[in-house]
Amino acid sequence: MKNLKYLLAGIAFGLLLVKSEVVSWFRIQEMFRFQSFHMYGVIGSAVLTGMLAVWLIRKMNIKDLEGRPVSFRKKEFSKGQVYGGLLFGLGWGMTGACPGPLFALVGTGATVIAVMLASAVAGTWVYGRVRDRLPH
Amino acid sequence: MLELLRQPWPWYLAGPLIGLTVPALLLLGNKKFGISSNLKHICASCFPAGVPFFRYDWKKEAWNLWFAGGILLGGALTALLLQTPEPVQVHHKLATELAGYGISDYSSLVPPELFTWEGLFTLRGALLIVLGGFLVGFGTRYAGGCTSGHSIFGLSTLQGPSLIATVCFMIGGIIMANFILPLILKL
Repeated sequence: MKNLKYLLAGIAFGLLLVKSEVVSWFRIQEMFRFQSFHMYGVIGSAVLTGMLAVWLIRKMNIKDLEGRPVSFRKKEFSKGQVYGGLLFGLGWGMTGACPGPLFALVGTGATVIAVMLASAVAGTWVYGRVRDRLPH
Repeated sequence: MLELLRQPWPWYLAGPLIGLTVPALLLLGNKKFGISSNLKHICASCFPAGVPFFRYDWKKEAWNLWFAGGILLGGALTALLLQTPEPVQVHHKLATELAGYGISDYSSLVPPELFTWEGLFTLRGALLIVLGGFLVGFGTRYAGGCTSGHSIFGLSTLQGPSLIATVCFMIGGIIMANFILPLILKL
C-alpha cells in the first residue's frame, strides 16, 4: 500500500481546509470583497512556510523517503495562465471553492457539491477537447 | 482541548500547516502539490474518448487521486468529530448584502439557500453550481493549476508563471464577487 501515506496526507489537508474555513463560500466572498484578512493570512502564511521549507530542502539537499533527490521542474510561461487564470477566478467567485475544497465539502456532507465537482471534471474534459484551438 | 479544536482555526495556525503540505509531499515521494490535476486524471481514467490530452499513463499519478480521496475523508472526519457548533461568523457588510438576496442561514459553511439539492433546482443555484463548477475545471486546466499547484506550490518554488496565474485568479474572483455575482444572486 505505497499510496496509503498520500491518503493520510490528504486527510490532514482536508481537516485543515475545513477547520480554517477555507472551504466556506462566505470566507471566499469576504476575501474577494476585501472584508476580512483571514484568507490572505492563510494563503500568505502557507506560501511563506512552503518557501522556507523548499529553500531548506534545496539548501540541505534533503532526499525523499525513498532516498531520491527532490527535483523541481520549471513552469513555462503561457497565455493560459492569464486566460485560464481569469476563467478559474470567475468560477472561484461563484462556487467559493477551488478544487481542494470541492473534495473536502463533499466529505463534510454537502452532497450537492458532487454535482459541482462533476461539472468541474466536465470543464476539464472540454478544455482537453478544445485545447488545440485555444491561444496558449 | 477538544472544545478549542472544534472552534474555527486561526489563519496563523492553519496557514503554516497548509504550507507544510508542500514539503510533506516532496519528502514522502518527490510529489508536487497540485489538486486540479486530479480532475484531469479522472478524465484520463474514466472518459479519455481518444482525446490526446488525456492519453497518458494516469496510473503513475494515482498517488494524487489517493490524496484527493484523503481530502474527502478528512472533510468527513472533521464534520463527524470536530464540527464547529456555532454558526459561521461573517463580516457585517457581507451579511447585510446577502440578506438583500434572501441569504441568511449561517448554520453551514456554504449557504443552504444556494448549495443544497433544493438550491440546485433554482436558477441562481444551478448557475453557481453547474456553470461555476465548469469554469473551475476549465480554467484551472487552461491555467495549468489551481490555488494549490500555482498559488501555494508554484509560489513556494518561486515560479514566475504561478505568480501571473495567482494574480489572474484574484482579478477574476474580484470581478465575479463584486460585479457579476450580485446580478446572479438577484435571479
